[in-house]
Amino acid sequence: MRIQKNKVLTDNDVTDYSVYNNRRQFMKTAAGLGLIAATGGIIQPSFAKVGAGRFSTNEKSTPYKDISSYCNFYEFGTGKSDPKKNAHSLITSPWSVSIEGECEKPGKYDLEDLLKLMSIEERNYRFRCVEGWSMVIPWMGFPLAELIKRMKPTSNAKYVYFETLHDPKQMPGQKSSVLDWPYTEGLRMDEAMNPLTLIATGIYGKELLNQNGAPLRLVVPWKYGFKSIKSIAKIRFMKEQPMNSWQKANMTEYGFFSNVNPQVNHPRWTQRKERRIGEFRKRKTLMFNGYAEQVASLYKGMDLKKNF
Amino acid sequence: MKLPNKLFRQGLKPLIFIVLLIPALHLGWGLWYETLGANPFEAIIRGLGDWALRILLLTLAVSPLRRLTNWGQLLRLRRMLGLYAYFYAVLHLLGYLLFEQFFDWTEIWYDITERPFITVGMLAILLLTPLAITSTKGMIRRMGKNWKRLHLLIYPIALLSVLHFFWMVKLDISEPVLYTLILVVLLGERFVNSLRRSTP
Repeated sequence: MRIQKNKVLTDNDVTDYSVYNNRRQFMKTAAGLGLIAATGGIIQPSFAKVGAGRFSTNEKSTPYKDISSYCNFYEFGTGKSDPKKNAHSLITSPWSVSIEGECEKPGKYDLEDLLKLMSIEERNYRFRCVEGWSMVIPWMGFPLAELIKRMKPTSNAKYVYFETLHDPKQMPGQKSSVLDWPYTEGLRMDEAMNPLTLIATGIYGKELLNQNGAPLRLVVPWKYGFKSIKSIAKIRFMKEQPMNSWQKANMTEYGFFSNVNPQVNHPRWTQRKERRIGEFRKRKTLMFNGYAEQVASLYKGMDLKKNF
Repeated sequence: MKLPNKLFRQGLKPLIFIVLLIPALHLGWGLWYETLGANPFEAIIRGLGDWALRILLLTLAVSPLRRLTNWGQLLRLRRMLGLYAYFYAVLHLLGYLLFEQFFDWTEIWYDITERPFITVGMLAILLLTPLAITSTKGMIRRMGKNWKRLHLLIYPIALLSVLHFFWMVKLDISEPVLYTLILVVLLGERFVNSLRRSTP
């Protein structure tokens, strides 16, 4: 077996923000002129569409240096700087995703084959951690809905369950029992099918770094960051609501929904405000992280204090 | 064990004074030169809190160490260590007030009343304040027996500080557990020592 040495990107390898932004502006203009097919491939091999404006925020993206060095990824240690230090041991190529459960097309899919079916777009999303900090991240990826449609879930599929790779050799943090490994997450089917819900494969036009959840991760921008499970190895369609890792770790502090909600505090700290990385003054946290327009209807009639 | 008085006064004590200033200078340097990572304010607040607790435990280690080594002079370091613990605790508090809340007193009051880890942290620093104020030679003389009684507060303060740390961390309690173990050893030594003294 050929073991590929994972390339470690330095800040110099990464597109400068202003260059990136200009490029993005150029692509937007190009899209308007219908020339986008000619420019596809600049950012990622399968890059075909510029992120739909109605989903991307025009807020300033957090510097790549911060996105790639300040991470929660307990598989590589519980400190914020541990993942950047330790995640090089994760082998992301080859990678396969096992699709299971209530669907017509279960199987073990090679990541490359899956990606061939998808067109990658850019989404500049707000990202709010349950700890009280936030970033703006220019993800590259495809809507989870596109993948789900191809797997043809049956009428029994009410929930989608996700699992991260479980291999303590590649993920040394899994040697400690701080969480119940493998890391698991879940979404209700309508949440999973919402056009905001993304499977990300890149950031800032580069392939995901290991510490950010390479080679593919979930991004659910209206929920606290821990819902956006990294390095996905398994997706299962389920009838029953699955448990997620943080629920298992502490049922009283973390729930299944974990929607960003400034009115529902964490039992031990406030969720009214957040520190946007790079800013001095804290910001007010927005309901559903500012995506209420797109997702509030999913939770109509639900008591969000109970269903936290 | 004993150092010549002059060497102790003019050598060891100033040396420890400078060494304990280094963490604060290091954090200040890091804030200025942006070497504290993506979230420098969190790094500052946590770093100051860490050092406040570490030095508090160091202060509590003086008596056991003196008994262990029979080095009486150690006791003359205790006030400086205690005041340093207070110094870092005050900076820790100021860091919280400035960076975390930007002096938003309504939010701060919410935090004190609703967040148990803030409540116990505030209580700890509140209790530590009279100890710092009464640390002068004059106060020790004037207060007599009451001084010793008042300064027993250091034990609940240490327990509150560790609790503050426990309730603050999200999931990985390895660090607060470590500090708790150290505290247990330091308090345990006192307990054993008091038993030894009461049985002639």
